[in-house]
Amino acid sequence: MENLAVRPEPAKASPKSVRIASKAVLWLLCLGPAFWLVWRGFHNGLGANPVEYITHKTGDWTLRFILITLAVTPARKLLKQPQLIRFRRLFGLFAFFYGCLHFTTWFWLDKSLDFGEMWKDVVKRPFITVGFVGFVSLVPLAVTSTAGWIRRLGGRNWQRLHRLVYLTGAAGVVHYYWLVKSDVRLPVMYGAILAVLLAFRLKR
Amino acid sequence: MLIEKPSDLKYSDVTPKAVYTNRREFLAALGMGGALLMTHEADAGTKLEVSSKSPFSTTEKINSYQDVTTYNNFYEFGTQKNEPAEYARNYRTSPWTVSVEGLVEKPREFDLTSLMKLAPLEERIYRHRCVEAWSIVVPWAGYSLSALLKSVGVSPKARYVAFQSDYDPKQMPHAYGIRFPYVEGLRLDEAMHPLALLCFGMYGEALPPQDGAPVRLVAPWKYGFKSIKSIVKIKLVEKQPRCTWNEMAPSEYGFYSNVNPHVDHPRWSQANERRLGELFRRPTLMFNGYEKEVANLYTGLDLKKNF
Repeated sequence: MENLAVRPEPAKASPKSVRIASKAVLWLLCLGPAFWLVWRGFHNGLGANPVEYITHKTGDWTLRFILITLAVTPARKLLKQPQLIRFRRLFGLFAFFYGCLHFTTWFWLDKSLDFGEMWKDVVKRPFITVGFVGFVSLVPLAVTSTAGWIRRLGGRNWQRLHRLVYLTGAAGVVHYYWLVKSDVRLPVMYGAILAVLLAFRLKR
Repeated sequence: MLIEKPSDLKYSDVTPKAVYTNRREFLAALGMGGALLMTHEADAGTKLEVSSKSPFSTTEKINSYQDVTTYNNFYEFGTQKNEPAEYARNYRTSPWTVSVEGLVEKPREFDLTSLMKLAPLEERIYRHRCVEAWSIVVPWAGYSLSALLKSVGVSPKARYVAFQSDYDPKQMPHAYGIRFPYVEGLRLDEAMHPLALLCFGMYGEALPPQDGAPVRLVAPWKYGFKSIKSIVKIKLVEKQPRCTWNEMAPSEYGFYSNVNPHVDHPRWSQANERRLGELFRRPTLMFNGYEKEVANLYTGLDLKKNF
């Protein structure tokens, strides 16, 4: 496998101003779902069970951003656009951002910030266990997402560590699958997308 | 009247003469014209004649009509909670008949109007607790299911009541996720309990389609899915009947499905719930707060095993 970590592409094609602008636009797009939730919150648009709505939407976006992050490498290769690597960290950090919102909503509004209650659920309920594992697995990835950490760990170790995201994706899908009562169409769809993205890596 | 065990039932208990003759009188009085005039009572939103308040009503704050009509589990009209409000909008509930059959003296197919006139409609403000750990407070309108059962005369062999929802694939293209038609069941003594409501309306109006129009069950001490919607058939039977969710996942949804904070769903806690409109969870009450009324139905029954 090609070592992506230590070789941020030089991206000779685009001048600095374009790169900054494209990142700014992407930032706003990625914040879109969060703004959307806030806007709906102020316009009575969160439905009869707002807490559940927020929990579900932030969960959806966590999983989506994990999949988007995992899609960057295949997209670079298939579209022959290696400079897309620039955006991978941003997507990954947004997965972590929505994961934090998702976890916090649950821990605060469902568990009333009670660590004991939280831990009881984590230990007892497989769907929460696996969701929690997925969330926790994002923490080291977010922490070591900087250029400094790539240097400190060395590219090879850094990349090894960041393969943890495969586990995050699987945990997210299973978490969702175990949550629903009978209509598994959406979690199965996310599972299929994840499988394709991971299969792409096996192929090489 | 509380009936502890089905075996305590006498014929005279379930079919008092007064009810029986009443029904006759009513039927005699009901001419063709009357029937036509009253068909509109079935339409969603129509004001209902609600005769009396009920001592069973809670004084807790009622949820908004908006909450109760936009957050529904009704898989015939989609599996997402916002879907029934949209996909059930044009559901035809008139004409409507409910067949009462099986182990009864006088099996009968009721049209909705005569079913509604069987007993005076009462307002019952009940807590409603979903197995998914959310709850609402709803002012239903209906009468005790026992009134219907008494009117048809329950045979002494009957032990259970089986209910069936309408299933019309043409009108329900979004039905998904479970086996249709939806079926549910109660033990006969549960069905005869005065809290068990045959419900035609809410908020003083006929039921909107997404809430189970035109007639549904409300058994407030049980998880919401027991309170079957859009009933077309009620059958008195000897053996425990099939129940949709119980059949789907027997380890998750028991036949009884009484609200019980001490018996968790395998995947989540039932110890507390989110009342719609509240930010934090509140403790769930045994039998959803109807312990005083219904606990004696289950004397000697291991509720952990018979969840």
